[in-house]
Amino acid sequence: MTDSGSSPSSGSSGGPMPASGLATLATSRRAVLKGLAGAASLAVVPGALAAACSSSKTKTGGTGSTTPTTAGASTASTPAAPSGSAGGGGGGGTASGTITFGSNYSDAVPKAAFAAMINGFTSANPNAKVTINTVDHNTFQNNINNYLQGTPDDLFTWFAGFRMRFFADQGLATPIDDVWDKIGGNFSDAFKNASKGNDGHYYFVPLYNYPWAVFYRKSVFASKGYQIPKTWDDFVTLQKQMQKDGLVPMAMGQKDGWPALGTFDIINMRLNGFQFHMDLMAHKVGWDDPKVLAVFQKWTEILPYQQPGATGRIWQDAAKSLLNKQAGMYLLGSFVAQQFTGADLDDLDFFPYPQIDPANGQDSIDAPIDGFMMSKKVKNKDGATALLEYIGTPEAEALYGKTDPSDVAAATNADTSNYNAIQKKSVEIISGAKNIAQFLDRDTNPQFADDTVANMIDSFFNSPGDVASQLKSLESQAKQVFTS
Amino acid sequence: MSVRDKVVLSLMVGIPLLGVLFFIWFPAVATVILSFTKWNGIGGIKAIKADGVQNYVQAATNYPPFWPAVRHNVLWLIVFLVIATPLGMLFAVVLDRNLRGGRIYQSLLFLPVMLSLALIGIIWELIYSPNFGLLNNVIGRSGQHNLIDWLGNPHLNLWAVLVEACWRQAPYVMVLYLAGLKAVDPTLREAALVDGAGPWQTFWRVVFPTLRPINVVILVITVIESLRAFDLVYITNGGNNGLELLSVLITRNIVGQVSRIGFGSALGVVLLVISLVPIVTFLVMQLRQEKRS
Repeated sequence: MTDSGSSPSSGSSGGPMPASGLATLATSRRAVLKGLAGAASLAVVPGALAAACSSSKTKTGGTGSTTPTTAGASTASTPAAPSGSAGGGGGGGTASGTITFGSNYSDAVPKAAFAAMINGFTSANPNAKVTINTVDHNTFQNNINNYLQGTPDDLFTWFAGFRMRFFADQGLATPIDDVWDKIGGNFSDAFKNASKGNDGHYYFVPLYNYPWAVFYRKSVFASKGYQIPKTWDDFVTLQKQMQKDGLVPMAMGQKDGWPALGTFDIINMRLNGFQFHMDLMAHKVGWDDPKVLAVFQKWTEILPYQQPGATGRIWQDAAKSLLNKQAGMYLLGSFVAQQFTGADLDDLDFFPYPQIDPANGQDSIDAPIDGFMMSKKVKNKDGATALLEYIGTPEAEALYGKTDPSDVAAATNADTSNYNAIQKKSVEIISGAKNIAQFLDRDTNPQFADDTVANMIDSFFNSPGDVASQLKSLESQAKQVFTS
Repeated sequence: MSVRDKVVLSLMVGIPLLGVLFFIWFPAVATVILSFTKWNGIGGIKAIKADGVQNYVQAATNYPPFWPAVRHNVLWLIVFLVIATPLGMLFAVVLDRNLRGGRIYQSLLFLPVMLSLALIGIIWELIYSPNFGLLNNVIGRSGQHNLIDWLGNPHLNLWAVLVEACWRQAPYVMVLYLAGLKAVDPTLREAALVDGAGPWQTFWRVVFPTLRPINVVILVITVIESLRAFDLVYITNGGNNGLELLSVLITRNIVGQVSRIGFGSALGVVLLVISLVPIVTFLVMQLRQEKRS
């Protein structure tokens, strides 16, 4: 979730009021009137801001920079293009014309990895030219509505789950069943299902994902003789023991609102099963369902072992306490490894969340998928289709993974020989899971997840005894959100 | 008037008028209209559905952050009025006495004003951070079991952020007030001195009344700054968990992937109405005074 940016990082609300006309302020009436005019116009700003955003939907991000980069055939030099089969189902060299690609891979590493992958396409299709418009990823996400309704690029980077199905439902994306006729064999059923809209058509080509699991330090477990817990009872016992040993059993950093959603996801899937979780995400069952309450009751059992002060801590600091051996375990996405280097990284390991109900075993996991969609207003449909067919090949995805090693390729048969231990284990744990969820803020209305549910979890941390009434209030808000 | 005069005149009046209509009245009126509708921001005007006062009802009855946000906005205003502004005035009065090194103090105090609020939020985050922050480490409360969660505890964090806000607001007021004090005619003070007034009396009976215009400006700025508070809480935790403010709730409902434009607009209207209270009061006072003179 780090690079999916659940929460927008910065909003602009205008600078401080200029200290204008200080010298003339002494006694003149004009100056007072000037202040008055400033006051009046500024006071209208909140309302004006709201309307400006809502009526004309102008860009408000402010930080977003658009940098068009062209990966033309002639510039395809950096990576060795995968030979021959690079065009994948598209066939070598059939695509032509300019294909535009809106990208939110704005950080240096993903940006370079993406360019490397696209270069593989352009070198195999000398008649095609791919123009990549990179936009800061928070800005990209906040403006996605306007972007798709305005003049979108042919293809754009996006996420699987509700966030994909929502835009498919709104008619802002083009179904790509023809692409999947070619690339279907490269993906497991879990990925296929994650790429379909509510209407059963394909709208999405997955690139990579990463698992959420319980991270720990091998050296800590070895020195204290801890065992990997398989069941809930083992898990509780282990946390009790860790607390006795002076460790914080479970690290937690909930300041940004989303990390604890992962804990809810996994307990819900372990306890109530994947289908119930998805029904809850689609709001087919209410948040006041007794089964949801049961999730929080389970959570309450281990709440005493959770790092105190979670709502004021960023996940990076929680990861640091795992790094410093102050905490024993940390449930997070594999991006937690970004905080570890060298020997510490080698010492880092993870295990799937323990089983709660034997009926569900350990069959589900949060493993958010990033990938690509085709906009409704696609201009070069043939070219865009060929490009998506290329991206859906293991060769292309391996090319991406070579430059960005923090995730694992979505294609089942992608080359994994360069993977580090965490990546190898990620592949294992993801392919071992029967059901893949996308994370709460990707499986349901993201605004609802990151604001309303995250808020409810904050208040649950602050007063766990009131959880029943907190859930009732959550459900009554959910009704409002999901009927609009 | 010649034709040329008329053209020039209508251009001079017309262009600002259009600007005001387009940038102030159109958005404000559109906000009010949208606040009675339901719209997710996708599709044209046809996709907007009338919804009566439902958004307002929902905000008041079925949106837990709403009332805390109103309370916090009011609290913010009170703290600025009672603490930040008087503190800034005190700084100004002290600095106006030409202490040794006064300019250095003045520059130091003014530094926070030159930083953006977002940056101030980040600086204070480093101070308040529970395990690795300066404050907890200095007072020895950074351990796992005795730490003070300044920004995460919903009973504490608003006050913690208000300290940040005052840290910036007080010097801002100071600079404005200092400029006013420098402009006070020194003969007034001399006269007061001759009449046997002490420094306390001189300030409250002589200097303060002559500074009426700047006092009004400072009052207005205080009100504006507290109603448009946004950046600090947004940087701190996105305006959740004890830091709800109306401005944040508006943004949250309108900007993003799945928006509730009508609902957000309704919150915008609420903030507009709250802003109107001090503005109207100020206008009435001002007009009365003009009539008198």
